[in-house]
Amino acid sequence: MSADSKNPLLLAKLVALAAAMFMFAIFVLPPLYDLFCEITGIGGKTDSAYTAVAVEVDRSRDIEVQFVATNNATMPWDFYPVEERVIVHPGEAREVVFYAHNRTSNDMLGQAIPNVLPNNAADYFHKTECFCFNNQPLAAGESAELALVFIVDPDLPASVNTVTLSYTMFDITDRTKVQVSQVQ
Amino acid sequence: MAHGPATLSDGLGKYISRWVFTTNHKDIGTLYLWFSFAMFILGGAFAMVIRAELFQPGMQLIKPEFFNQMTTMHGLVMVFGAIMPAFVGLANWLIPMMIGAPDMALPRMNNLSFWILPFAFSILVSTLFMEGGGPNFGWTFYAPLSTTYAPDTVNYFIFGVHIMGASSIMGSINIIATVMNMRAPGMTYMKMPLFVWTWVITAFLLVAVMPVLAGAVTMMLMDINFGTSFFDAAGGGDPVLFQHVFWFFGHPEVYIIILPAFGVVSQIIPTFSRKPLFGYSSMVYATAAIAFLSFVVWAHHMFTVGMPIAGELYFMYATMLIAVPTGVKVFNWITTMYKGSLTFETPMLFSIAFVILFTFGGFTGMMLSIAAADMQYHDTYFVVAHFHYVMVAGAVFSGTAAVYYWLPKWCGKMYDETMGKVQFWIAFIGFNIAFMPQHFLGLAGMPRRYADYGLQFADWNMVSSIGAFMYGGAQILFLYNVIRTIGWGKPTDDPKVWEGAEGLEWTVPTPAPYHTFATPPEVK
Repeated sequence: MSADSKNPLLLAKLVALAAAMFMFAIFVLPPLYDLFCEITGIGGKTDSAYTAVAVEVDRSRDIEVQFVATNNATMPWDFYPVEERVIVHPGEAREVVFYAHNRTSNDMLGQAIPNVLPNNAADYFHKTECFCFNNQPLAAGESAELALVFIVDPDLPASVNTVTLSYTMFDITDRTKVQVSQVQ
Repeated sequence: MAHGPATLSDGLGKYISRWVFTTNHKDIGTLYLWFSFAMFILGGAFAMVIRAELFQPGMQLIKPEFFNQMTTMHGLVMVFGAIMPAFVGLANWLIPMMIGAPDMALPRMNNLSFWILPFAFSILVSTLFMEGGGPNFGWTFYAPLSTTYAPDTVNYFIFGVHIMGASSIMGSINIIATVMNMRAPGMTYMKMPLFVWTWVITAFLLVAVMPVLAGAVTMMLMDINFGTSFFDAAGGGDPVLFQHVFWFFGHPEVYIIILPAFGVVSQIIPTFSRKPLFGYSSMVYATAAIAFLSFVVWAHHMFTVGMPIAGELYFMYATMLIAVPTGVKVFNWITTMYKGSLTFETPMLFSIAFVILFTFGGFTGMMLSIAAADMQYHDTYFVVAHFHYVMVAGAVFSGTAAVYYWLPKWCGKMYDETMGKVQFWIAFIGFNIAFMPQHFLGLAGMPRRYADYGLQFADWNMVSSIGAFMYGGAQILFLYNVIRTIGWGKPTDDPKVWEGAEGLEWTVPTPAPYHTFATPPEVK
């Protein structure tokens, strides 16, 4: 076979390889990354809304849950947990409250993104109710108490005695196109 | 000559048409080489601005915002505009002549892959004159710095990167097709010159990872303009994902830059040692091994991002493993020189300096690969020093060596040896004065990418700047020497040029005629 007749086939194969790598970067790598983080718990992402199942509360264990609230970049709200730490038993549902206050003279939209440490606790920290499941509109000068109900799973690894839940509040006022409701 | 190339005496219009519409691999190689040299001077000018500002602590010449644009543009222009097109130019000129082919396999695509490059860089550089300034987020353009916090001109940057990527992919496909389909009879894979081998492996790396870079900037584009959240935590994305995608491209990229340089040095050292290359097949396998390993070590660029310890250990050991095939190469070059009858013409000087300084840069790379130690070295001038030892003393030195080595073959005239040697010693000394102290600065804790620094770093920064100006000056001498050679060099018609040179490209007349190997040579 002469070079002229072999070239189009090779060209097609190499273009296909390049196109496949482009697709791989956009459509495979991000889901793969999320999957990897979910399996390993790296990144501290928590699951979405949890439906409580009846489990026996393990009163023999005390788990300290710490709460951290941070504002992202230029977010001007006051945002902090009312209780900084609570002691819970695995299996019991507990409600805590975060306080948020929009100090500006503009109506704003916030979105809190959760993160759990240590990494291996992320899968065992369940939220049945959370303000982070939706975005939080606050009118100018308005303040709100944001509720969170969580259950620490009794299967939490024995090595974990303290769980830290941190929220970062993002200003998404200008990002109406974002489908924030899909975020936990 | 009825079918010869148009020259200036045929009229300016015809002359310009010749270059714009050319499908000749030698013309396109020449275009690539001149373009890359122009970009080298431009990127070098950016570097001079950086070193001038860092000559003394405090802000003297430029504003910090402009400094950030300078560091970003220096990196982008040097990597994508200077080094990569220079090696593509060498590939265009040499690969058909080395394997006995009449031209590249896909000559029209070859023309296109060159001629979109000037547009890409015009778009990129024009952002410097726009409101908001050019890209200022570093050449690695980490999100969200390059998305949420980027100037509006980031869209031009993204478009420019897309075009560069398309150019590189087309160039690579052409090289692969040429090498696979156009070899002369008898030119088996294991008889190909090492420069051809390293380039074909590089071309596969390019076809595999340039689309990933295109994907990364496409995701940026969508995050910025279309409300997606690939890299935006507020929408459920993850900025760390950007770093993974970027370095999945970025680490193979550094081998894309250095593998053709290995090839060049593997051609030059045997010539001036008057011995065949030691361990040819081990060189081929080592190149392939390096290319393979480059895909599985990317996260060593991001040890500080917060990885599980198992991940850090894996990436650390995998990275260290690359030293094995690289060591094979270095020892093969040294063994080639061992007991050879060495002469030290300019290409050989640059090649020996390449081996020494690249190995030095490799060792600092080993230091950086240690995950625990990298916590301290990360994002300091130690990293800057490391990658300039492998990029400048590696890729640029070997590119310079290649130009001196093959220039007499290309234009049939000898360069000025004394001027070449003077240039070498200014470049060699200037380079080390510029970058050796940056190791000390980095170990002492000076972070990279800042327009100002603490007083304790003042002395070495001044030394580094003086070295950088020296090195910059050597490039002007280089340009002069090349122009002087083409214009007034001593004519030569010896096909071999160098008595120790081996390979098909030295069997054609000097200067190389416009069309070579119209009938394929017989390789025994």
